[in-house]
Amino acid sequence: MLAYIARRIVYVVPIIISVALVCFLLVHITPGDPLVAVLPADASQELAAQLRAAYGFDRPLPVQFGLWLLRALHGDLGNSIATGRPVLAEVMRAVGNTVTLAIAAAIIGFTMGILLGLIAGYFRETWIDKLATSFAIAGVSVPHYWLGMLLVIIFSVELNWLPAVGAGPGGSGAWAWDWAHLKYLVLPAITTSVIPMGIVTRTVRALTGDILSQDFVEALRAKGLHERGVFRHVIKNAAPTALAVMGLQLGYMLGGSILIETVFSWPGSGFLLNSAIFQRDLPLLQGTILVLALFFVFLNLLVDIAQAAIDPRIKRG
Amino acid sequence: MSELPLSAMNEAALQAAPATKARGYWATVGRRILRDKVSMACALVLLLIFLSALLAPWLGLEDPYKGSMIRRLRHIATPGYPLGTDELGRDMLARLIYGGRLSLVIGILPVILAFGIGTSLGIIAGYVGGRLNTAIMRTVDVFYAFPSVLLAIAISGALGAGILNSIVALTIVFVPQITRVAESVTTGVRNMDFVEAARASGAGPFTIMRVHILGNVLGAIFVYATSLISVSMILAAGLSFLGLGTKPPEPEWGLMLNTLRTAIYVNPWVAALPGAMIFAVSICFNLLSDGLRSAMDIRN
Repeated sequence: MLAYIARRIVYVVPIIISVALVCFLLVHITPGDPLVAVLPADASQELAAQLRAAYGFDRPLPVQFGLWLLRALHGDLGNSIATGRPVLAEVMRAVGNTVTLAIAAAIIGFTMGILLGLIAGYFRETWIDKLATSFAIAGVSVPHYWLGMLLVIIFSVELNWLPAVGAGPGGSGAWAWDWAHLKYLVLPAITTSVIPMGIVTRTVRALTGDILSQDFVEALRAKGLHERGVFRHVIKNAAPTALAVMGLQLGYMLGGSILIETVFSWPGSGFLLNSAIFQRDLPLLQGTILVLALFFVFLNLLVDIAQAAIDPRIKRG
Repeated sequence: MSELPLSAMNEAALQAAPATKARGYWATVGRRILRDKVSMACALVLLLIFLSALLAPWLGLEDPYKGSMIRRLRHIATPGYPLGTDELGRDMLARLIYGGRLSLVIGILPVILAFGIGTSLGIIAGYVGGRLNTAIMRTVDVFYAFPSVLLAIAISGALGAGILNSIVALTIVFVPQITRVAESVTTGVRNMDFVEAARASGAGPFTIMRVHILGNVLGAIFVYATSLISVSMILAAGLSFLGLGTKPPEPEWGLMLNTLRTAIYVNPWVAALPGAMIFAVSICFNLLSDGLRSAMDIRN
């Protein structure tokens, strides 16, 4: 087991370096001068050159990458061009809000997905299965930003039950686990949960169907095991794959929340990314994407290790 | 070299063989999908949306660009404006139908481009193997380290707003996914007897890939690519929704959803219409792709 974990960790190192390279290069495929955002329109050539040297833009690209990577390893992702504050601090504060949203959505989406998937897989080809499957397909096909708008129209505009935007009363940044704050979380969390709900339903349904049609289930039933016991075996066999899918979905929720955060003005990493793009704040853009991608890589690593811990068949090369 | 005419002859002979077999297979698939009611209903809906977008100028609609300050945000079923008007007083029905033109192109084109590029890369990686495979597949792995929504937004955010940039960004998102599928099916086929036979009878690697591998893996890759169209439609409209794709006053569903967002307190149901179009196209492609997959599955 330890050897497997060590091998997986070693395998992640080149991925991390390549991810950093992609994030670094993103800034350099950008058309135009990255200094445009800070430089006054009538700046002299000398001032421009001075600033370029200060940000290190005058060095050759590989040198810039090396220096950037070295600083990033020390937790220094530079300063935001728009606010002048350190990028890492800004990103981590926003990521906290995104994690809150993703966990709330995961609880809703995974619970619903597992239940619907088990029921659909168990009652395959009945109307219950058809209903659950349609629900799942609608979940993965709906443009989630539109679903967010619909929920706002129904629950905020028409019924006036829940707030439409923001993450707390009075626009304060501090999050607290009380109803005053939680009611801001309800609509974005439901909106975020539909895609994982759909995908987990489809996965669990397929797994349940496959497992139930295997010989060992017949043997269990033949030896007189009650249905609840059979179900326990199904869950045990489906768990590793379902877990992997859910881990990946959690990663997608963390990294793909930008559209939903924009609809609900949820002050998370997606919202930060959005403002970085439109203020052409390249260090912030670079830093946010790097942090989110690294989260995703580590989550994948954790899922692989957890999967190997549950499923003894996986410890192969 | 000296065996050139022989290999050319073989090529002709071998080309003929899978072609006749393929016709039988595809005819079966076609028959099965024609019997599938859900798939046919979806195909009909998509056909309607496609045709109306294509024929929009001849349908006698209002000018989708012409606004009027005195008839802004009319409700659905207003006489003369069956689906109301938008925040600048433009006819919603006309804008939704015209909007299909750009929305469908920016949603589907990236998948078509990625299908071409990804299939070629995957087949080459899978057939040639060795170092080339390692180089291609490790590069693909790097893109898998990004959630696809994040990657699409990061690339189009860095490139800047614009239709072309959003198509490029989405193509980059889908190429790795299709490459991975193409490589995996090619690896499954490359050591089969008929490939060995083709190689033994003197066919070059290019011929083998083009004739023998491609014909046997294309179906699986195609089904996978159709399942991506739904995601691509949602993402393409999403980029426009963020302001990274289409620019006003162009009618496009994602952008319309964005500009109408401010109107949800005045006329919420008109504001929600463009999203319903994206949803309809996306769910129809998803169901059609599912139908195609089960029609092509010989086992059942």
